Amino acid sequence: VMFYWLLSIVRRQRTSPGWQNWSSARSSVSVAAAHSITLPTQTQVVICGGGVTGTSVAYHLSKMGWKDIVLLEQGRLAAGSTRFCAGILSTARHLTIEQKMADYSNKLYHQLEQETGIQTGYIRTGSICLAQTQDRLISLKRINSRLNVIGIPSEIISPKKVAELHPFLNVHDLVGAMHVPEDAVVSSADVALALASAASQNGVQIYDRTTVLHVMVKKGQVTGVETDKGQIECQYFVNCAGQWAYELGLSNEEPVSIPSHACEHFYLLTRPLETPLQSNTPTVVDADGRIYIRNWQGGILSGGFEKNPKPIFTEGKNQLEIQNLQEDWDHFEPLLSSLLRRMPELETLEIVKLVNCPETFTPDMRCIMGESPVVQGYFVLAGMNSAGLSFGGGAGKYLAEWMVHGYPSENVWELDLKRFGALQSSRTFLRHRVMEVMPLMYDLKVPRWDFQTGRQLRTSPLYDRLDAQGARWMEKHGFERPKYFVPPDKDLLPLEQSKTFYKPDWFDIVESEVKCCKEAVCVIDMSSFTKFEITSTGDQALEVLQYLFSNDLDVPVGHIVHTGMLNDGGGYENDCSIARLSKRSFFMISPTDQQVHCWAWLKKHMPEDSNLLLEDVTWKYTALNLIGPRAVDVLSELSYAPMTPDHFPSLFCKEMSVGYANGIRVMSMTHTGEPGFMLYIPIEYALHVYNEVMSVGQKYGIRNAGYYALRSLRIEKFFAFWGQDLNTLTTPLECGRESRVKLDKGMDFIGRDALLHQKQNGVYKRFTMFILDDHDTDLDLWPWWGEPIYRNGQYVGNTTSSAYSYTMERHVCLGFVHNFSEDTGEEQVVTADFINRGEYEIDIGGHRFQAKAKLYPVASVYTHKRRKDDVELSDLHGK
Amino acid sequence: MSIFALLSMGRFCCRCCCPRGLWMLSAPCCDDRRMCVCPGPRRIGIPVRSSSLPLFSDAMPAPTQLFFPLIRNCELSRIYGTACYCHHKHLCCSSPYFPQSRLRYTPHPAYATFCRPKENWWQYTQGRRYASTPQKFYLTPPQVNSILKANEYSFKVPEFDGKNVSSVLGFDSNQLPANAPIEDRRSAATCLQTRGMLLGVFDGHAGCACSQAVSERLFYYIAVSLLPHETLLEIENAVESGRALLPILQWHKHPNDYFSKEASKLYFNSLRTYWQELIDLNTGESTDIDVKEALINAFKRLDNDISLEAQVGDPNSFLNYLVLRVAFSGATACVAHVDGVDLHVANTGDSRAMLGVQEEDGSWSAVTLSNDHNAQNERELERLKLEHPKNEAKSVVKQDRLLGLLMPFRAFGDVKFKWSIDLQKRVIESGPDQLNDNEYTKFIPPNYYTPPYLTAEPEVTYHRLRPQDKFLVLATDGLWETMHRQDVVRIVGEYLTGMHHQQPIAVGGYKVTLGQMHGLLTERRTKMSSVFEDQNAATHLIRHAVGNNEFGTVDHERLSKMLSLPEELARMYRDDITIIVVQFNSHVVGAYQNQE
Repeated sequence: VMFYWLLSIVRRQRTSPGWQNWSSARSSVSVAAAHSITLPTQTQVVICGGGVTGTSVAYHLSKMGWKDIVLLEQGRLAAGSTRFCAGILSTARHLTIEQKMADYSNKLYHQLEQETGIQTGYIRTGSICLAQTQDRLISLKRINSRLNVIGIPSEIISPKKVAELHPFLNVHDLVGAMHVPEDAVVSSADVALALASAASQNGVQIYDRTTVLHVMVKKGQVTGVETDKGQIECQYFVNCAGQWAYELGLSNEEPVSIPSHACEHFYLLTRPLETPLQSNTPTVVDADGRIYIRNWQGGILSGGFEKNPKPIFTEGKNQLEIQNLQEDWDHFEPLLSSLLRRMPELETLEIVKLVNCPETFTPDMRCIMGESPVVQGYFVLAGMNSAGLSFGGGAGKYLAEWMVHGYPSENVWELDLKRFGALQSSRTFLRHRVMEVMPLMYDLKVPRWDFQTGRQLRTSPLYDRLDAQGARWMEKHGFERPKYFVPPDKDLLPLEQSKTFYKPDWFDIVESEVKCCKEAVCVIDMSSFTKFEITSTGDQALEVLQYLFSNDLDVPVGHIVHTGMLNDGGGYENDCSIARLSKRSFFMISPTDQQVHCWAWLKKHMPEDSNLLLEDVTWKYTALNLIGPRAVDVLSELSYAPMTPDHFPSLFCKEMSVGYANGIRVMSMTHTGEPGFMLYIPIEYALHVYNEVMSVGQKYGIRNAGYYALRSLRIEKFFAFWGQDLNTLTTPLECGRESRVKLDKGMDFIGRDALLHQKQNGVYKRFTMFILDDHDTDLDLWPWWGEPIYRNGQYVGNTTSSAYSYTMERHVCLGFVHNFSEDTGEEQVVTADFINRGEYEIDIGGHRFQAKAKLYPVASVYTHKRRKDDVELSDLHGK
Repeated sequence: MSIFALLSMGRFCCRCCCPRGLWMLSAPCCDDRRMCVCPGPRRIGIPVRSSSLPLFSDAMPAPTQLFFPLIRNCELSRIYGTACYCHHKHLCCSSPYFPQSRLRYTPHPAYATFCRPKENWWQYTQGRRYASTPQKFYLTPPQVNSILKANEYSFKVPEFDGKNVSSVLGFDSNQLPANAPIEDRRSAATCLQTRGMLLGVFDGHAGCACSQAVSERLFYYIAVSLLPHETLLEIENAVESGRALLPILQWHKHPNDYFSKEASKLYFNSLRTYWQELIDLNTGESTDIDVKEALINAFKRLDNDISLEAQVGDPNSFLNYLVLRVAFSGATACVAHVDGVDLHVANTGDSRAMLGVQEEDGSWSAVTLSNDHNAQNERELERLKLEHPKNEAKSVVKQDRLLGLLMPFRAFGDVKFKWSIDLQKRVIESGPDQLNDNEYTKFIPPNYYTPPYLTAEPEVTYHRLRPQDKFLVLATDGLWETMHRQDVVRIVGEYLTGMHHQQPIAVGGYKVTLGQMHGLLTERRTKMSSVFEDQNAATHLIRHAVGNNEFGTVDHERLSKMLSLPEELARMYRDDITIIVVQFNSHVVGAYQNQE
């Protein structure tokens, strides 16, 4: 019944296509909705939101065999942003995962009409991204390289070719462009209706005019939803509420923080040209002019992402209704100028209207999906950053996989809800941040770009001290971390001018910091690391950790173990170091952005046991990293205790006094492979210890250093970092960390079976280090991450991180090498031999550089080594 | 108002109460029984609106040859002024009589005979005197801006977690001196122990001592009057036991807005006495504090304290002189108290509060929230006549001035119009020499039979804010003399909405091409960019007040000339201008409305 009703809407809409006639379509829907139907009392999944994301999730869940699904929509299906969407499907995205989602969506929408019989208005127009500057062209070339390797055809073209592809474009100010021939335009509302109708055919029940009031939660688990038409019991809830996802998330008793905020977004519709524009005229994205242009019913549709966005709905949805939003021509003026500069002949074209359709943005311009860290069974797909249509299909698929299989088929950490915490959910923060994010849509994206808004939220107690000494800051998970220290006599370029794909202005500064780490001693404030303590009354802590971690944690008190929490597939959920403080207490150090994810993983897998205590002590400790051969001298002078390897072996942890302060946790590890110590200092002692270290360290040549130096050090030593190099789909065996896995530690642990299997059958990708050979640091484009790797001319993978090694005076890239079968493209086992017997090239912005592949760190890096046994390093050798 | 207008009208009177140095040169003459104080046409006795100021027109009187000596006189008198400048940099003990004085001054009648509108004075000065350095009178736009913006101040009520709970968005204020030093003052503060925000402009005359004192003190008196009994007790107990005091006001001050350190203790003691009396008077019954009553009480009490402090004196000779100067100078006050949708305006004198209302069609209209207390106000004339015996009916107000001297009919200070003659003489005799030597203070107004003739009691108007009430302009008469209230409201309204892009263009059913729309928008933006030159609504208003030509648009040449007037001349073309533009948050106001 549902399905026929739905189709009737669709049919009615099809009879009167076009924006102008929406109101008539709306009235027909409201008639249909007037016969209210009673809701089921029980179901497996409730999806809230009838836009393209909600219907896509329903579509994919039902395709994967879940049938007991209810989709609720507060208004009509495909209203909201979906209805107003400009309908451009573009795969030219910066993240590979985004490219893949868009590509999948494209293919899905392409066949949707055939599958459902509903016209979606899909036309393969192709798209042209214009470059007015060389930097923009570099950016496009980078995207182009990555598109090609995942099988999306695209090419860099000359301005002349642009003029051939599009009849009206002024190309005189262009330096080039990228053509993606398979990009398309589509009617997003019709796509949503088609997805809904297919889902409905598969058994999904769809109810519109039904508002979800809040989600019922018991013991951290979804139990049902409360709607304005009654309750529905369910095990899973999916928040696809678009603009209202944030509010809906907070409406629960146990609030789910979904950091997103809407901004007004404008586009223009015109009447047809005298000779109507061909319906297959390519879509044009002029990012330097901040506009996009597509053909629309013989005329054009053009909008953009202006520099001065107007955030909206800060105070909630009751403030304004979407339908009543005003056109703001003055605000649109710069974009209109830009449009007329690009297409001067359009001057005489008559305006239909200026559409104001708010779009939702997230703090980092990536969409939000995944399960809530606090409520099990609560899934989210929202914050689409105006790419809801492009990502909707793919994102819906990944989320459905996530719900059905427990994890998606691709690594989606970059989009995972758990990358955020409650700390990003302040309305003021979001309002300010999205004002920066929206223009960023069309800003040039360069390496090492830091957000400027919403800063100084979490800081170390030493922030002011370091700032006064010239620290420049970056932010991770709200925490300010020093990048490098600008010497008093040096000036860096202003922010805008410092944007570059080439050698950055801080090159010499970081060099001197690295040199100091190698030859003397440096201090890096690393307080942002996530720090947990796990204690128990008996052996519970050890037991649970042995089950959760792959390495053997039953080590003598005072020892530090590098290990990771794996999932069933053997992939890293978290990579960390654990110090055994006592028989029954462990101190766990994880990456900064793991704070929410790691907590959720532990909570999910730890038994409910009052004798077992998990505590987040991140805020309690300031962490100072003393790196360098003289660290040992500084510390022994401050503690009157011998710190030589005989007394204080590597990977060892001891509470001791430093200066006047007692109870400082000193650990002989530096996260870089260099000799030195991490000091975990209760925050009230932080300033004292820092001052003491700096004053005693003076005679050893101590200086402050930042994360850029750390990064250079750890990458040249082939250290993988979770979140950048490692993710939930990479196993320890794939990155040469066999030594960190104890398959025979005498008990089972999560992921053991998968690792055993992998050990027997071999790995299908291998973490490899590349040293660029013919790369000129001063003149060539710098590698960043995501660059395609070619082996003997064949694409084998992408880089995950890169840095300049000041020791080797070469660029180092880290990345995974696959072995795709030349015939079938299937993945095959990667052996050390396969790695070693290849000629490698790294593609940086379309230019391929020769690279040497290494499975182990380069010996020459250790020439500065002063201490004989550095267990951190031997770790990597895989004994 | 210009001195030329004054001269040409032959309204001169002259007596002996001018600064010595000045009079020697400007050939005093005393042919009239009316008061003269010194060469400033303001405040006392000039009923001509300066909108008729013929500054650059042919009608301008051009007694230039004779006029230059006067300028030099002014310079001289400035030197004189500087000579008796006391040690506090900001306290302008020199200037109770200087050009800006609201007290009538009367130069030599001989000037009148030369005051024929023959020649444009500016042409003259440029053509002859400044022929060699014509650029001297031309300020570049950045120079003009730096003068206009020197005193601008903006305050935005902070938002908390995305929500702005205050009905006030913020305010812009600015002042442009004509007097040297300026006699206007402004104040703005948030009440910390009660809700609401206080904003006020104060126009001083016969010096800035009184306006300065009122600007520092009045808000405390108001805030205290508004405090509930328990809070007063708590504060008093804290003082008594030496504990930290609850803060009462959060000031929003421009760096140039100063407070007197020296008098702070004295002022505090007076204020404390006031709240102690409030505590004693409290019967514990009524808990509702009436804002109107509180405002009236605060005004009257402060004026009373000013008067008392001058009578009692102070052992510290500097303070003693200060309190006397405060009492013998005067100030008008126009104060707004905004709390949610409740807007009270308390006015004493001829500053004005004007509400900017946006009509449904987007146009602007002005709603006056205060009455001027001067001769143009029939009710004030009535009041004065009623307060004094019938036989004084003709002398109480003469030539539109109180006792023929004072333009505002209500003011703080001005004890010359409040104290008995005996008291005045006694205080002056026992006072410091400076006071004794001061001709003005010694002078007793004519027909002075039944003091007091002057009161500081304000007239309080109440207005309940509506969403269409977008802003409030508080300004001293320096603004209202040059601009019509309707223009003021329109200029501010257009400025503020320009900032917020609130003049929407809608395509509607019309046929508009992209090119036409583009042209229209470009034009609008160009227009807007002139608005964007100012980040402050008050500055924008001053720019118009000073620089508007006959077409109502800012004429840079005119602006430049007006701003480059020598200090001594400035006062003759314009008065001090002080403006506060308070912006209301229509969302919050609307929400209040919906609550009911």
